[in-house]
Amino acid sequence: MFNMNTETVKSKQGTIKATECISGSEAVVKCLLEEGVDVLYGYPGGAIMPVYDELYKYQDQLHHILTRHEQGAIHAAQGYARVSGKVGVAIATSGPGATNLITGIADAQIDSTPIVCITGQVGSHLLGSDAFQETDIVSISTPVTKWNYQITKTSEIPEILAKAFYIAKSGRPGPVLIDITKDAQFGEFDFEYKKCEKIRSYNPVPKMEMAQVNAAAELINKSRKPFIVLGQGVILANAEEELKHLIEKADIPAASTLLGLSALPTEHELNMGMVGMHGHYAPNVLTNDCDVLIAIGMRFDDRVTGNLETYAKQAKIIHFDIDPSEIDKNVKTDVAVLGTVKETLSALIPLINPNKNEEWHKEFKDLHQIEHEEIIHPEINPTKEKLTMGEVINAINNETNGEAIIVSDVGQNQMYASRYANFKQSKSVVTSGGLGTMGFSLPASIGAKMGAPEREVVAIIGDGGFQMTIQELGTILQTKVPVKIVVLNNEFLGMVRQWQELFFDKRYASTVMTNPNFIKIVEGYGIQANRVTKREDLSSSVAKMIASKESYFLEVIVEKEGNVFPMIPSGATVSDVRLK
Amino acid sequence: MKKEIYTISVYTENNLGLLNRIATLFLKRHVNIESLTVSSTEIDNVSRFIIVAFITEDRVKKIIGQIEKQVEVIKAYYHTNEESIYIQSALFKVKSSLLFDERQIQNIIKKSNSQIVTVSREFFVIEKSGRKEEIDKLYNEIAPFGIMQFVRSGRISVTKEEMKISEILKKQLN
Repeated sequence: MFNMNTETVKSKQGTIKATECISGSEAVVKCLLEEGVDVLYGYPGGAIMPVYDELYKYQDQLHHILTRHEQGAIHAAQGYARVSGKVGVAIATSGPGATNLITGIADAQIDSTPIVCITGQVGSHLLGSDAFQETDIVSISTPVTKWNYQITKTSEIPEILAKAFYIAKSGRPGPVLIDITKDAQFGEFDFEYKKCEKIRSYNPVPKMEMAQVNAAAELINKSRKPFIVLGQGVILANAEEELKHLIEKADIPAASTLLGLSALPTEHELNMGMVGMHGHYAPNVLTNDCDVLIAIGMRFDDRVTGNLETYAKQAKIIHFDIDPSEIDKNVKTDVAVLGTVKETLSALIPLINPNKNEEWHKEFKDLHQIEHEEIIHPEINPTKEKLTMGEVINAINNETNGEAIIVSDVGQNQMYASRYANFKQSKSVVTSGGLGTMGFSLPASIGAKMGAPEREVVAIIGDGGFQMTIQELGTILQTKVPVKIVVLNNEFLGMVRQWQELFFDKRYASTVMTNPNFIKIVEGYGIQANRVTKREDLSSSVAKMIASKESYFLEVIVEKEGNVFPMIPSGATVSDVRLK
Repeated sequence: MKKEIYTISVYTENNLGLLNRIATLFLKRHVNIESLTVSSTEIDNVSRFIIVAFITEDRVKKIIGQIEKQVEVIKAYYHTNEESIYIQSALFKVKSSLLFDERQIQNIIKKSNSQIVTVSREFFVIEKSGRKEEIDKLYNEIAPFGIMQFVRSGRISVTKEEMKISEILKKQLN
């Protein structure tokens, strides 16, 4: 039975334990317990077997989830971290076990997700000898980790793991990889654990400068057309309330990046939707009309800005961020406010004059009306025979009341899920934003459900991405984790096909999919499965899926050549967003 | 934006793997490292990287941001040639017979302010420290006579301004 007892393990912050002589592998498990880890995802193998032996002994305290591939393990850890705000943990053996983690590590790095990966390594006497399953994972993972380290001495284990957790979760979060040689796992030593609270060469949260906050307040108070673009930084800093307070006090329209979605409820009257390549019409067009653009915890990704030469050139730019290297990286700022968004917004709010910007709002409303008539309404109330992706998401909204965690994959399914899903509470969006990793959704949904067992978790996946990590159905079978899986099947790699239609004269090179019978496959894994092909069956099928207490798979056959609009063509400016 | 020679100084913990981590930041941006020196500093367990790159100021600023973001990096700076005092060293291995047969060689060595480090029956070694151009000049002068081996070190430099690394370390521990 799926049972995540999160109460059994409590970390004792900062306490120093009396020493005891134990093995390195037992020390690894004890360190995880000290850090409050209750679940970890992984796959055993030769070089990590001593740690697995200890996981067996500690299984009543530490829940190990056996995924069907190491990539599944790290994506599950990411899903867990994103919804719980805690550090996700993945564990694998040396060689291929370790390299299979890399995609997820790169994903966590670009999407600032706190992850600790533990990999086994060949014995230290074999390092560099091309031993069986030896790979230089420290070198391989260097460019995609926030920090990494190879432990070759048993006595290093507590200090290094304490550092790993501290680095992963502090400041701008990110993935850390700790590689442990087999002899270090076998060795014995006097175990003592002390949490890491400081590293002399690491300054995770830069000091907030009040002068910058004042300068930001001055620009905002003078502004007649202020506009906020919020990112995941708001969620990572738990600053949702501060954000709401700010926009309500100064009456500032706000739009979100893909990863910032759900920081502000979809229905909030100042929420203008999503910016970026397939974002909403009004916030994209008006980015090039606002007089002050206030970027909060976001990094001006190229999918958000379009052509930088013409991005918000008329506006003063204020950038709130925790990472100094993001300032002026892509967009030159007029005022940069460093610190956690929670701290800086709290300092800003008292300096902001209450305001009303009705005319400015009307510009958003008028443009939104155009998008509603031309795109949104026909998408969710289609007259054509085939089902649209938008109406499927809308049906899920209706059934979940906007309270589900939506774990989307990558491509059209992701953009439809982001555009059409309603979010009432924060941390409701789990998706691979920066890296765009197909196959992310299914394993991430497993982790998400374990990180927030009380919430409904719906994975939205295309028929392409589903087959990239389809083996994780086995993890669902074994753990009975009740995730709901929706595959939007158009028998195409839809987003690439859309680009081929628009920019490559419909030459559908390698985007046509001959798919297996998904229902049979899913049923083979003992998961309830259903297929919808007709509009009249959609809402009842979605209702049945949501009502299920167990995991459930719903395949929806959607129109083959649907396109996601609006769209900012690659290299175009944000205000040239196309409606068709 | 104009490309220039920048000297990047990075103060770090003396930890394994940092050289790799810093080098990847250049590789990721397709920037060639012209010269690289890593050494200990006046502070215990603190290393200093001196990296020379030919890039625009905009890019060097961004690379500095990425370097400073690394956990074990204490501080990174960049300087133009005017803002720092810098030298390189070079060794020239030349046939000993030239010393006796080609009188000009002796004059070249004298004028260039270089030193003879060792002399044997077969060869002698000249050491020259100075700016890149001075070493290039000496190279061009000796080359016609034949150079058996030549090696040049990375740039080492100190800055005119104060670095205050100890203060930064103290501040972050409090």
